[in-house]
Amino acid sequence: MEHYTMNLTLKIWRQQNTQTPGRFETYPVKNISSEMSFLEMIDVLNEQLIKEGKDPVAFDHDCREGICGMCSMYINGRPHGPWQKNTTCQLHMRAYQDGDTITVEPWRANAFPVIKDLMVDRSAFDRIIQAGGYISVNTGSAVDANAIAVEKDHADAAFAAAACIGCGACVAACKNSSAMLFVSAKVSHLALLPQGSPERKTRSMNMVAQMDKEGFGACTNTGACEAVCPKGISIENIARLNREYMMTGLSDD
Amino acid sequence: MKWSEIFTSSVGKKWVMGLTGIFLVLFLIVHVGLNACIWAMDNGEMFNRAAHFMGSNAVPRILEVGLFAGFLLHMIQGWMLEWQNRSKRKQGYAVSMGNQGSKWYSRSMGILGTLLFLFLVMHINHFWVPSRITGLDAVTIDGKQYHDLYREMLTVFQNNPLVVGLYTLGCISLFWHLLHGFQSAFRTLGVTNPRYLAFIENTGLVFSLVVCTAFALMPISMYMGWVK
Amino acid sequence: MLDAKIPAGLLEQKWNYYKGHCKLVNPANKRKLEVIVVGTGLAGASAAASLGELGYKVKAFCFQDSPRRAHSIAAQGGINAAKNYQNDGDSVFRLFYDTIKGGDYRAREANVHRLAEVSVNIIDQCVAQGVPFARDYGGLLNNRSFGGTQVKRTFYAAGQTGQQLLIGAYQALERQVALGNVTMHSRHEMLEVVVIDGKARGIICRNLVTGELERHFGHAVLLCTGGYGNVFYLSTNAMGSNVTAAWKAHKKGAFFGNPCFTQIHPTCIPVSGDHQSKLTLMSESLRNDGRIWVPKQKGDKRKPNDIPEDERDYYLERRYPAFGNLVPRDVASRAAKERCDAGYGVGTTGQAVYLDFKYNLINKYGRAEANKLGIQNPDTDTLIRLGKEVVKEEYGNLFDMYEKITGENPYEVPMRIYPAVHYTMGGLWVDYELMTSVKGLYALGEANFSDHGANRLGASALMQGLADGYFVIPYTLGNYLADDIALKAIATDHPAFVEAEQSAADRIAKLMGIQGKQTVESFHKRLGKIIWDKCGMARSEKGLKEAIAEIQALKKEFWSDVRIPGIVNGMNPELDKAGRVADFIELGELMCLDALDRTESCGGHFREESQTDEGEALRNDEQFSYVAAWEHKAEHQWALHKEPLTFEVAKPSQRSYK
Repeated sequence: MEHYTMNLTLKIWRQQNTQTPGRFETYPVKNISSEMSFLEMIDVLNEQLIKEGKDPVAFDHDCREGICGMCSMYINGRPHGPWQKNTTCQLHMRAYQDGDTITVEPWRANAFPVIKDLMVDRSAFDRIIQAGGYISVNTGSAVDANAIAVEKDHADAAFAAAACIGCGACVAACKNSSAMLFVSAKVSHLALLPQGSPERKTRSMNMVAQMDKEGFGACTNTGACEAVCPKGISIENIARLNREYMMTGLSDD
Repeated sequence: MKWSEIFTSSVGKKWVMGLTGIFLVLFLIVHVGLNACIWAMDNGEMFNRAAHFMGSNAVPRILEVGLFAGFLLHMIQGWMLEWQNRSKRKQGYAVSMGNQGSKWYSRSMGILGTLLFLFLVMHINHFWVPSRITGLDAVTIDGKQYHDLYREMLTVFQNNPLVVGLYTLGCISLFWHLLHGFQSAFRTLGVTNPRYLAFIENTGLVFSLVVCTAFALMPISMYMGWVK
Repeated sequence: MLDAKIPAGLLEQKWNYYKGHCKLVNPANKRKLEVIVVGTGLAGASAAASLGELGYKVKAFCFQDSPRRAHSIAAQGGINAAKNYQNDGDSVFRLFYDTIKGGDYRAREANVHRLAEVSVNIIDQCVAQGVPFARDYGGLLNNRSFGGTQVKRTFYAAGQTGQQLLIGAYQALERQVALGNVTMHSRHEMLEVVVIDGKARGIICRNLVTGELERHFGHAVLLCTGGYGNVFYLSTNAMGSNVTAAWKAHKKGAFFGNPCFTQIHPTCIPVSGDHQSKLTLMSESLRNDGRIWVPKQKGDKRKPNDIPEDERDYYLERRYPAFGNLVPRDVASRAAKERCDAGYGVGTTGQAVYLDFKYNLINKYGRAEANKLGIQNPDTDTLIRLGKEVVKEEYGNLFDMYEKITGENPYEVPMRIYPAVHYTMGGLWVDYELMTSVKGLYALGEANFSDHGANRLGASALMQGLADGYFVIPYTLGNYLADDIALKAIATDHPAFVEAEQSAADRIAKLMGIQGKQTVESFHKRLGKIIWDKCGMARSEKGLKEAIAEIQALKKEFWSDVRIPGIVNGMNPELDKAGRVADFIELGELMCLDALDRTESCGGHFREESQTDEGEALRNDEQFSYVAAWEHKAEHQWALHKEPLTFEVAKPSQRSYK
């Protein structure tokens, strides 16, 4: 792999806090190595800003290996940047060329208010899980792990849905700011397993109700969520949630 | 949870859209089938008989009420959804995602639907109003009087390039609307099997193409004088 | 002085005996008792959920935006449990024995045995929660082998076991939040432990969004705050992983156990330049199929595929014919360092070795596939093609991750790898009940020192975190709180709270007031380099003494020249980072002190002065069979307390992998 360095222009959304309106600021960065990750490039910018006595750009990040779901940048019109099935922290600068201008925005949705700069509040996701994204089993009351066999196909499909990292890119990409991919991934994960079956009905009902309450939009099956999901969660899950929901709605007493 | 809430939740609203959508798709099949009678080359006889059946028999008349209700529900719910969904992101993006991951027509169902609504107003005004309210000329076939709806079509389309153009645009809008709506309705109703989904997508494409082309060809046929 | 409170009786009966005899709190009283849980990884989330289920009033804290993001989520390989589902001779005793031996006989027998006992319950619990472990076609759970053990006892969910386990615990936690038993405080960082009459009774934390300092009372405080690997700056830990909570506890009287026991993982993606902010692990399972080599010729600049077979040095296979590429982590790491230090390293920096899949891709997988398909005398291209498909299924996600980071295709070109800091066996000293030397202050998971001795075996970290949280603390905490049922919640205007908050506020004010020239990050990098060079894979008396002096100087410089922008009363990530780095600097000094004091080599701690003629680690059981528990006295001053380790069942022997 050929390494190169580049000079870039960054247009970054700056916002002091939730209440104050934000604006774009333009920053040049120099000598960025193609081997850097995108966040390391932002680190370079921040070091530069601190030295100039300015406020560094606030952004969420933690594991920097694509699994914690904390990083959340909308880069040149796409959540997590140009690569497929990728998180911002795993995006590397060889995706860019010398002289490029990169626009970085926070996730935008009413349900994800900006806390500062590129950082948003995704606690709505936690509250959706609280509404039913679990199996009610107290510690100690489990049967032997092999007592219930799970069809391999179902186990694999449940795993594929459970791979969701809760980053919120689906919401950021959706024209309706819908959280259906996130909600459906959890509903699918648990509905596909026999352990999750007893609570199927209430789960889909309650999670959807919470999702609506949080101010996410409705799904119109455009598929943008699936296209940007770093873990490749399929929109088949959304159809499954639709089914679960209506089956419950129609059969409920 | 109240029964009614099921239909007012985000998922419930989609179900309403999906179910009414499929109902309207079924209507389209009937509509395009009947109208295709204009190509029977019998001076509109078969077409007028068919139209008469639809207008006089009790079953289609009752269904017609349902059809209007379906249209209304689909439109009102659609607009409300569009408006609500748009309001979920007060601060928009500076750089839009564009076609990365979704198709323009999937994102434009509201606009396409509104175009179809405008088309519908014109269309109802052209045919439904005269045939049901203001009255049409009569034609006698086998000694029986029929509304000459066929003649009305010829009047509307034969020398009127603007109307033909508008109808063609309407059909194009319908094509894109159906291309997304057909498969989306089935996803909304809960089809997850990839094999079935592929089948539904292909069917949707063929359906949209065939139905919209057929519809578009009707005014064009009359304008071009292929049917007289 | 140091009482580990290990129950009497035979090793395998201790935990049962304890459970049968510990004090209990009745359900009505549990509702009156408040418990603070700091950190929401596997240990914290499982503890908070389990205690909430029992009826305690739990307050949980994490610095991330959601408890689901804790770094347990990044564990790849799996979780051990002595289920013996494979009928291959596993048992609780074997898991216990492997863990003690793997830890190079520096762990406590009673704790480790308990860990092995509850390991089976963990799997049951996780499956009941809906953790989608890998299954075979019969629908039953699958296992794989891991880290040189001789049985298949590792349960896994592709390369994302940690994620799935954490999501399970997180969901259990959120369920308790919904039920009102747990109050969750995310984006909060603990800055002080409040001690009243010798007992931990609360914490001071900073709301990272508003910058406000908050006081929280608890009848007991549980620290589940993970390890301190980020003291090295570059590690596989998350950017936010820090020692602050544990360090504050340490300064309030909790002893720090074996701080020099850190684990360097042999297979990580090497550093590419000065800009690097963190390192990424490539699962240990890759060593099952990859062969590690360097060129035989020093400074060979040819491309790896251009170097012929007889000019390659498969140094692990050469040095350890019996275990070859599958030697334990510490051994593999040191061997890589030895080659690179001798000038045989590869890549632009010379700090890397090759991990090559071609041989097994062709000979193991390719041939097996060809046999299956009935292809006679297949040519090499066919074998490569067939082998690739199998390798893709086994390691696809890891190979993709490698390619994303390096831009190189590991199917074609050997991976470049180098050891990196991964886990810290050391941590707060705790007794059998997981209580630190401060009453009512507990440490769970990686934050404590207890179960892994001087080296942790693969797939054991997840096991320990969940064991502590689900199955140990619910019993041991009750035993302590049973005496506290009469104590009403202490109002947070108590002088101890006021004083603790003031001390946190003063420190923040002091940091913000320095207004020097250098960034926090630059100090962290310098600290990391000192520790990596002198207290990393190999340590010597001279190096450690230098390191201590350098760290002390760095500390002075930090406190006089660090530059922190922004405000106190609002979000300020640089300020958060500065507090953490300040604590890392102090911890770094203690690590070096501990490493200096322990003149033997054991597990991950390799003292150059203590090695065999062949360069292997040489343990000294007579002198060092103890836990070093350090008590903080004053700046740069610690007192050493020794907890002797006795091995009644697993008798120490020298590890050999030749």
